[in-house]
Amino acid sequence: MSRVVQLDGAGVSLGGRPVLRDIDLSVRPGETVGIAGPNGSGKTTLTRVAATLISVDSGRAIVLDTEVGNGDLTSIRRRIGLIGHQPSLIPELSLAENLTHVARLGGIDPTRVDRALQVVGLADAAERRARACSFGMQRRIEIAHLLLTRPDLLLLDEAASGLDDSARELIVALVRSVRDRGGGCIVVSHDRSQLTALTDRVMTLSSGRLEATS
Amino acid sequence: MTFWPQALEIARVDLTVERRVGSTLRITLPFGIVALMVFPLALGLRLSIVSEVGVGVFWALGILFGMQIALRQSATDTPERRDLQALLGVDPAARFTGRVLSGATLMTGFLITLLLTMALLFDPDLPGGAWPVLAAAAVLVAVGLAELGTLAGEVTTGLSNRAPLASLIVAPLALPLIIGGSQSVGAVERDTGILPWILLLIASDLALAVAGVALARPLEEATR
Repeated sequence: MSRVVQLDGAGVSLGGRPVLRDIDLSVRPGETVGIAGPNGSGKTTLTRVAATLISVDSGRAIVLDTEVGNGDLTSIRRRIGLIGHQPSLIPELSLAENLTHVARLGGIDPTRVDRALQVVGLADAAERRARACSFGMQRRIEIAHLLLTRPDLLLLDEAASGLDDSARELIVALVRSVRDRGGGCIVVSHDRSQLTALTDRVMTLSSGRLEATS
Repeated sequence: MTFWPQALEIARVDLTVERRVGSTLRITLPFGIVALMVFPLALGLRLSIVSEVGVGVFWALGILFGMQIALRQSATDTPERRDLQALLGVDPAARFTGRVLSGATLMTGFLITLLLTMALLFDPDLPGGAWPVLAAAAVLVAVGLAELGTLAGEVTTGLSNRAPLASLIVAPLALPLIIGGSQSVGAVERDTGILPWILLLIASDLALAVAGVALARPLEEATR
């Protein structure tokens, strides 16, 4: 893999309004890039472009060596991990059931669920319904999702917001493991100090334009 | 993971969620039965009329409450869940099929329970051969309504006024199912052929299945 993410002059409009303009971004294997920027600057849209969940209207997007927009993206998407603003758990299922469901849909051995729950420190709460769990516990389960799927491209969109120190350490460990496997990470946050500690370089997104800052 | 294991997993989880939320079992079904009980009371317990209108009331209430099951909240994914499924490589057609399987299971259970209740309360004067036809038609209508509800849910994903829009899509498209279901039993009573009506139901179910599977991926990309 030579390019984890490469955007060349990428532009995205949503509802007729330009959200991203002329974005150039490159994430190489083993690299972690931070994206800082105020609310509404287009950070989440940029994350979703990198996740192949939104297509670019202009320019070019290459993710995991595949140009987005050319053919079936299923095999590429299976190699992407995303933690977004809101947890994606099913509230009526227990934490273990949520993880097992993810494993079954992703064609992953469900026996790995117990180990993932132990790693994120939720083995004792495995049978608790997601509805009854705190935001931090739900976030830990999302981290456990990614331990199961072992993505080559990790996208974290404000993933550490509202988490305690031990959960933040899990995120740091997750980023390191992806990087050590030769994958790439994009970490998005409005908190620049958090990005500086976690990433190799930080870029700033402002009014849909990306600038290199450090 | 292949198509069918994904579809079956989605159906299994849908039914688990529905069992825990209980909207079909604890809300829709009791209300459907209560509505069924209102008719004999409103008709002044005139047994001959009650017996005559029983099957018609069953279809009317079955479609009305069936639409609620077809458009149930528990069959709706949040945008985050849809993203997760896309990144897990879930085939949108498998998701459609899974949702139809769970919806059809719930709907069949609901319609068969309503049918048995109607038989008890209305004692309809039907020839012996009409009951298996009525049961078969109920199953075919259940499948069609589940397909329609799932398709309407996919089309209206992400829209703020989703529920009324989905109902507006389901109601007119359910007409062939209503006609096929009611006329198949009528044909037994009139001693004419039931085949055209059963074929109408099967053709409707197949057409909706093909449309749902074929449109699943384009709809997912369009509503993202």
